[in-house]
Amino acid sequence: MTDSKYFTTTKKGEIFELKAELNSDKKEKKKEAVKKVIASMTVGKDVSALFPDVVNCMQTDNLELKKLVYLYLMNYAKSQPDMAIMAVNTFVKDCEDPNPLIRALAVRTMGCIRVDKITEYLCEPLRKCLKDEDPYVRKTAAVCVAKLHDINAQLVEDQGFLDTLKDLISDSNPMVVANAVAALSEIAESHPNSNLLDLNPQTINKLLTALNECTEWGQIFILDCLANYTPRDDRESQSICERVTPRLSHANSAVVLSAVKVLMKFMEMLPKDLDYYGTLLKKLAPPLVTLLSAEPELQYVALRNINLIVQRRPEILKHEMKVFFVKYNDPIYVKLEKLDIMIRLASQANIAQVLAELKEYATEVDVDFVRKAVRAIGRCAIKVEQSAERCVSTLLDLIQTKVNYVVQEAIVVIKDIFRKYPNKYESVIATLCENLDSLDEPEARAAMIWIVGEYAERIDNADELLESFLEGFHDESTQVQLQLLTAIVKLFLKKPTETQELVQQVLSLATQDSDNPDLRDRGYIYWRLLSTDPVAAKEVVLAEKPLISEETDLIEPTLLEELICHIGTLASVYHKPPSAFVEGSRGVQHKRLPGSAGSGESVESPDTGSAAGVSEAPPAVIPSQGDLLEDLLNLDLTPPTTTGPPPPASSGMQMGAMDLLGGGLDSLLGGDLGGGPAMGTGFGAPPAAMPASFNVPVSGGLDDLFDLGGGVGMPMGVFNPPKTVWLPAMKAKGLEISGTFVRRAGVIQMEMTLTNKAMSVMTDFAIQFNRNSFGLAPAGPLQVLTPLSPNQSIEAALPLSTVGPVMKMEPLNNLQVAVKNNIDVFYFSCQYPISMLFAEDGKMERQVFLATWKDIPNDNESQFQIKDCHLNSDAASNKLQGSNIFTIAKRTVEGQDMLYQSMKLTNGIWVLAELRVQAGNPNYTISLKCRAPEVSQCVFQNYEMVLKN
Amino acid sequence: MIGGLFIYNHKGEVLISRVYRDDIGRNAVDAFRVNVIHARQQVRSPVTNIARTSFFHVKRSNIWLAAVTKQNVNAAMVFEFLYKMCDVMTAYFGKISEENIKNNFVLIYELLDEILDFGYPQNSETGALKTFITQQGIKGQTKEEQSQITSQVTGQIGWRREGIKYRRNELFLDVLESVNLLMSPQGQVLSAHVSGRVVMKSYLSGMPECKFGMNDKIVIDKQGKGAASDDAGKSSGKQSIAIDDCTFHQCVRLSKFDSERSISFIPPDGEYELMRYRTTKDIILPFRVIPLVREVGRTKLEVKVVIKSNFKPSLLAQKIEVRIPTPLNTSGVQVICMKGKAKYKASENAIVWKIKRMAGMKESQISAEIELLPTNDKKKWARPPISMNFEVPFAPSGLKVRYLKVFESKLNYSDHDVIKWVRYIGRSGIYETRC
Repeated sequence: MTDSKYFTTTKKGEIFELKAELNSDKKEKKKEAVKKVIASMTVGKDVSALFPDVVNCMQTDNLELKKLVYLYLMNYAKSQPDMAIMAVNTFVKDCEDPNPLIRALAVRTMGCIRVDKITEYLCEPLRKCLKDEDPYVRKTAAVCVAKLHDINAQLVEDQGFLDTLKDLISDSNPMVVANAVAALSEIAESHPNSNLLDLNPQTINKLLTALNECTEWGQIFILDCLANYTPRDDRESQSICERVTPRLSHANSAVVLSAVKVLMKFMEMLPKDLDYYGTLLKKLAPPLVTLLSAEPELQYVALRNINLIVQRRPEILKHEMKVFFVKYNDPIYVKLEKLDIMIRLASQANIAQVLAELKEYATEVDVDFVRKAVRAIGRCAIKVEQSAERCVSTLLDLIQTKVNYVVQEAIVVIKDIFRKYPNKYESVIATLCENLDSLDEPEARAAMIWIVGEYAERIDNADELLESFLEGFHDESTQVQLQLLTAIVKLFLKKPTETQELVQQVLSLATQDSDNPDLRDRGYIYWRLLSTDPVAAKEVVLAEKPLISEETDLIEPTLLEELICHIGTLASVYHKPPSAFVEGSRGVQHKRLPGSAGSGESVESPDTGSAAGVSEAPPAVIPSQGDLLEDLLNLDLTPPTTTGPPPPASSGMQMGAMDLLGGGLDSLLGGDLGGGPAMGTGFGAPPAAMPASFNVPVSGGLDDLFDLGGGVGMPMGVFNPPKTVWLPAMKAKGLEISGTFVRRAGVIQMEMTLTNKAMSVMTDFAIQFNRNSFGLAPAGPLQVLTPLSPNQSIEAALPLSTVGPVMKMEPLNNLQVAVKNNIDVFYFSCQYPISMLFAEDGKMERQVFLATWKDIPNDNESQFQIKDCHLNSDAASNKLQGSNIFTIAKRTVEGQDMLYQSMKLTNGIWVLAELRVQAGNPNYTISLKCRAPEVSQCVFQNYEMVLKN
Repeated sequence: MIGGLFIYNHKGEVLISRVYRDDIGRNAVDAFRVNVIHARQQVRSPVTNIARTSFFHVKRSNIWLAAVTKQNVNAAMVFEFLYKMCDVMTAYFGKISEENIKNNFVLIYELLDEILDFGYPQNSETGALKTFITQQGIKGQTKEEQSQITSQVTGQIGWRREGIKYRRNELFLDVLESVNLLMSPQGQVLSAHVSGRVVMKSYLSGMPECKFGMNDKIVIDKQGKGAASDDAGKSSGKQSIAIDDCTFHQCVRLSKFDSERSISFIPPDGEYELMRYRTTKDIILPFRVIPLVREVGRTKLEVKVVIKSNFKPSLLAQKIEVRIPTPLNTSGVQVICMKGKAKYKASENAIVWKIKRMAGMKESQISAEIELLPTNDKKKWARPPISMNFEVPFAPSGLKVRYLKVFESKLNYSDHDVIKWVRYIGRSGIYETRC
């Protein structure tokens, strides 16, 4: 006999017929009828009208029938609460049944009926079942407590069920323990601060014992619960790890992944020099690889997790590249994930193999996959410098295939390669330009436009190319519009004579005809820059671009840490914290990795040692410099700022932009009420009043609006050293020069006072520098109003550029100067504060900072003490900011403020600093890391100078 | 935890719907149908999030199984559970098909009630389940029987019941390996691994304690050190194999394996998978495929493929099949092969060459001329790899079973009385050569 016939009854009057059958005297007929009801219920028909008739069938010895009725009850009790009461008696009676299977069935079903009146009756039977002699009943009752808690949390607490549940953790039966752990973990999730899961070494020991004996599912519950524990010290951590590692050989992938989670978390606490630490790392790789021979869905889960694991601990799988090679028949979701991991694992050692594979993938069928493969080739080029050349030629081969999306993708990545290795591969530009017409995606168009703008001087017909884009300006996406604007301004700055018309056209398109505020703003800024100071415009628009990071798509460190604590779960599959996709209070708790135990110092665990202890990261000790990165990863950083489409110029000109707007706003606010219309005309005016030449200042409202005033652009609190005598009169036949260096709005100036202490008039001043460490050179002639009469002083400001010839000096910031006048040539040397060379765009992206800090070898690190400084960290940070030393992040550990700072020298050298300030202690400690460690001494002196003044 | 479990047919009609949690409503059933089944696209992810509800789905022939949740569940566990659910259903009523599911829907509901409680998976070992979910009712059980059932379901040895008796104690061991290969057109091994399974059928009385031994390099080397070192070097050199990783059925004592690397267990009754393993070193690749593809103009391809068998001449490989992909615009194919039969299958876009048997150290060859329709499609043909299927009577990893000892102290049979059978089968996994 088969049951499928129950699905086929769709006649009219069916409910009526069923009702009759349900009330039939014949047992068989009744059972048949109930089956039909369940079948209807399954396909979504409303059979709630039959409630009383079905419930009447409940009193039966036939277990199969009983289970069907229960199924019905669970579905409809909520809609018929009053009738559901009719069932209570049977439940209560069944809970006393001599057969444990029936007792368990009753308590299991009763918990699923979400009707308040029923839950009241549930308490007594549940209490009995929790202490039942049969483990099968106890394990069912344990889960039932969680069910009841979901319906009425207060009731569970009042009835003391939580304590009973806790007792079950010590039960003799492993499955009871596992279910109790599962129930308690779930309840604890909705009470983040309760001390519910009282994890202490004793309970942990019990859990570990049960772990060896219970079902595969129970092992998962226990391991997931263990992962919430914070061991007291590294020894306890190691002993737990030792007892968890055998689980890595379990056939159930979920057991393996949960064990990996526990190990990844507890490993944080083990000292890295411990032998066991290395052993553990080695043990983790094989099981992770084995997960890849599971069914595809599980492979997907495993790969998403491996993606996290290689970001946190790349060493585990660095030799396992081959297993991530894509198989032809892998489902697309597995292919895409494998590709991601391949890029992460790519290194100089395996790059040849990886490239050969990627090239193969780029000819496959699936568009997304091919795109990703092409993108991956570009990322390899950026990551492994030695491979860049091969990658570029591979990309060119791919461009030759003329497959539209391949070409577009290739152009996007080539743009990044140009960024990373400027002036190396420009020979391919011609090939790229051939494909201009086939580009129809905004990202590819924007990338191509960027390339044309950036290398405008090498592309003969750059103006034509850009002009062709301009025709359909309004139909382009914002990304392309912005890029086009910037590119044409670049072009204009490089070839001003031929392209004036073009730049006017784009500026007017951007400012007048667009209703996109970003585009308008950028248009106005360029316009204003070009019209006031083309030299400044050149410096801003054609500024040197910041480094691009080698690793892309890295997960933000705090999030990564949280996700590591969620290995195996949905969060790790989505790469999102649970709070992003779980409603209500569950899972909103943020998990953290425990701090490392470093040089033997143990991390104190909170006395409670409870779930609450986990949610608050245990106080981390910073033991040594080597561990700084770990701590950096712990930083509570501000949310990442989203970087817009890739306008490289914008980061370079951010500073100027801010000042411009600041200035404009000031004058706006300063004006009277008439400012309103003035503003209107101000914005409306420029196109009409647009003069032919940009050098003539724009008149009218715009002028006022943008009037900057002299001081704008100088952040407050800039420290400039006082003038000192560089050349005493005795040594220079009566000419005394004292001077200092200042940096204003990105321009370095040497400010000098020239005093004539001789008896005769001095004329014909000129100045020259010897070659020096940073290529400082006068940007113009020395402007001295001649003649300089005896006993007269004169102020002279000499703008400096940093593009002069370079020679390393001792000390590094030494500058040898020759000054000539009508009498003689005089030589002197002076030292400039290195902060003069700190560029305005020296604020590093946090991601980049982390990667760079890690990247710079520890040998390049130097540490200094700054004594007797009485500023607090914020004041120090502000003061340093004035000298273009940017604070990227701040963190407070045990009253010690740690400031992470970056600065960039005009020659592109980055210096990273960690400044530690302890309240009440006037001595600061500063650690500097730089690829050119020789600058550290100078930088330190500069810190000292700035902070003490 | 799992909030609900649905089973659909290929049209998206619900066959089974069981809701465990209050946060999953009936609309979830429809959401999945509309967004995944009716989307009729290739599945881009086995986890789909629709309106803050996550659907974990697997497909078995035409049937979709979906587990639904709104919480941050253990994703690996959910998939493992879905596979287990399929295993259990197969063990009860055979193939998972619409018909079988409809025929057994009452049973499936009963199983779902038992193995998933409030979304938490419970004991799902078929052996244990079959003792009390029988579709016969439990009327006839005595009290002893009942408590035996419950202690088995919850007990430490949930996979075996007490009191099993056989007249003849017998066990069968199958070492089943699938050898996977990806080779470049030039014959360079890009990746190769063997994933193997040791499947055991045990018909043993009582609660026997078993110990399984194989030529695991770590064990052999350890023993070699203990014994006289001179001949140990000889024996361990060739005969032992390096196992990259292995996983075991839950009956195996993992902590003992971790500390002593010995595999000891009380086996379930009947057929089950004792272990899985993976090796990558010193793999015997049973066949080598040498492809030669030449494009003659725009409308013709010449393909020549040579296969060489690489094992003892006394052994015979079976069920050999070579699959040579052809472009989509193929209009006609002429094939000549030395051995076996070859056919162009237009529906599969491939030439399929079948050879029934082939001895070791032999060579065979096929050549084909493929006529192409001229197209203006710019995209080049992706040239999928040539794949191969076969079966050989040895383990390509080199694994050998050294012993399987059986101890049952309470009953009066010893290791010698047990009849043991061992068989090695090597099959092709994904065995591909790029061309």
